[in-house]
Amino acid sequence: MHIVVLLKAVPIVGTERLGPDQRVQRGQLEANGNDEYVLEKALKLTEANGGEVSLLSMGPASAIDALRKALAMGATRAYHVQDEALAGSCIRGTVDVLVAALRKIEFDLLFVGADTSDGLGGVVAPAVAARLGLPYLSYASEIRASGTGVSIDRLSPTGFDVQEAASPAVVMGTQLLGEPRYPSLRGIMQARTKETTTWSLADLGIDPASVGEAGATTRFIGSETPPQRSGATVVKAPPDEAAAAIVDFLATRRLI
Amino acid sequence: MAAIWAVGEVAEGRPTRLTLELATLARQLADASGSTAAVVLVGHDVTTAAAEVATYGPVVLAVATPDDDRPAAARTAALLADLLEERSPDVVLIGASSDGKDIAGALVGLTDLPILVNASSVSWADGGPRVEMSTFGGRLVTQSAFVGTRGIVLVRPASVTAEAAATSGAVETVEVDAGARLGAVRVTGHTEQAGSAVPIEEARIIVGGGRGVGSPEGFAIIEDLADALGGAVGATRAVVDAGWIGYGQQIGQTGKIVKPALYVACGISGAIQHKVGVQTAGTIVAINRDPDAPIAEFADLLVVGDLFEVVPRLAAAVRARKAASG
Repeated sequence: MHIVVLLKAVPIVGTERLGPDQRVQRGQLEANGNDEYVLEKALKLTEANGGEVSLLSMGPASAIDALRKALAMGATRAYHVQDEALAGSCIRGTVDVLVAALRKIEFDLLFVGADTSDGLGGVVAPAVAARLGLPYLSYASEIRASGTGVSIDRLSPTGFDVQEAASPAVVMGTQLLGEPRYPSLRGIMQARTKETTTWSLADLGIDPASVGEAGATTRFIGSETPPQRSGATVVKAPPDEAAAAIVDFLATRRLI
Repeated sequence: MAAIWAVGEVAEGRPTRLTLELATLARQLADASGSTAAVVLVGHDVTTAAAEVATYGPVVLAVATPDDDRPAAARTAALLADLLEERSPDVVLIGASSDGKDIAGALVGLTDLPILVNASSVSWADGGPRVEMSTFGGRLVTQSAFVGTRGIVLVRPASVTAEAAATSGAVETVEVDAGARLGAVRVTGHTEQAGSAVPIEEARIIVGGGRGVGSPEGFAIIEDLADALGGAVGATRAVVDAGWIGYGQQIGQTGKIVKPALYVACGISGAIQHKVGVQTAGTIVAINRDPDAPIAEFADLLVVGDLFEVVPRLAAAVRARKAASG
């Protein structure tokens, strides 16, 4: 079984900044939190049933640290799509690039984490699946894979649905898949020699003018910093008085 | 004339709150741009829901489909792709729910339309939608637009307040042959699990519990306060990981991002991973033993005290106030 895990290197949560070009500064990056849960599940499934896990990431050179960590966790190899012309890509451009890259890889399952912490879209994976004509199973709290297909528990407002599809298929998973492992020292050593393939847009047969800022279908207009809360009013009082103070506060704001 | 569409969702025969918000937003954008507004509702029986949505102003396109074993999002996306091709609306508003995201993504793949996601506000400017996104955990608001004239906007809950219109829209029944262009997924079972009755994304008031709640039993007082306030229960990742409460209630980076009018944080330190999920709440009240906890930096009111002493008294005081004001 060959599972490809889509991994996005995102700014460390809490440190995100816009650069002078008004783009998100890709300084120090880490793997998107939700991507590590599906990676962990992919590793467990291949450890139990045999097979390999490959990583696919589109991002700047600094994404390599996140890929190295994922390799240290146990992935076999990494594909890194990296090209200066990709900066400023819109979602459609990102989908085009990932689809082109995935057409070069034979896989049984593509695993994707739920929303990224920087984009918050949650739409790239279903778009990629639709473009490839593959089944798309989402919001998985459990994934069961066989040689010929996949079955998941999809979270619903009232519980979960069991969904099934034949391979190859795209599966989006959540935190409920389980805590990601820490890389072992041995894993970190091994990761240094693992295969990392870098693809440029030319390698993927994509016209640089059709992606990145040049080919973007959406445009950035501007940004502003919303007024921050000016600091909490602090109440230190016995419990009865504290409760009364909260009720008065809520009443002045017409919340009760 | 330009057309603004919204894609609605129906749960147990009723439109979701997010659907009514989108119907309101479609109407407002149509008014601002001199366009027409329509809401598409898909399901095996959407008659009642269509009548309710129509009172918010837009025309309702009611698409009757027999239930089959496909996931609802896949069924809706395949059908919408055909309808979009046939009628070419300019702007398609879709709610940022789980199904909404699946539908929007599939449409991007099927139709190649541009998409703007994570919209916390949508207005009309320069001949198209102007989309505001709250990003970096509420520390920045960005504005974006489409390069061309058409596109999909994925709209977060609570971006607008749902308001009925003076004049109701008409309900049009639409027949569409949904092509099977998406890879086949079958729903083979469903399991009910106990959980909150109100999805936290839709709740106007949320009472959140963190590690300070101490145990699964500790959540009883959190639930009671939520009940007194008429709100839903939320939680931090630590207590979800501990199994004290379900993942559906988790607020934060790998859980839900919510924007209630009021958030009451009980025994929550306010780590960045939680903060990013709730920072845009209207008012934040925190009850915490530690006056120096990070939550002090983004709460409006911080009560320093033992939540086991304060929360039950607060629930009683809220009920007393509500009873007094009748």
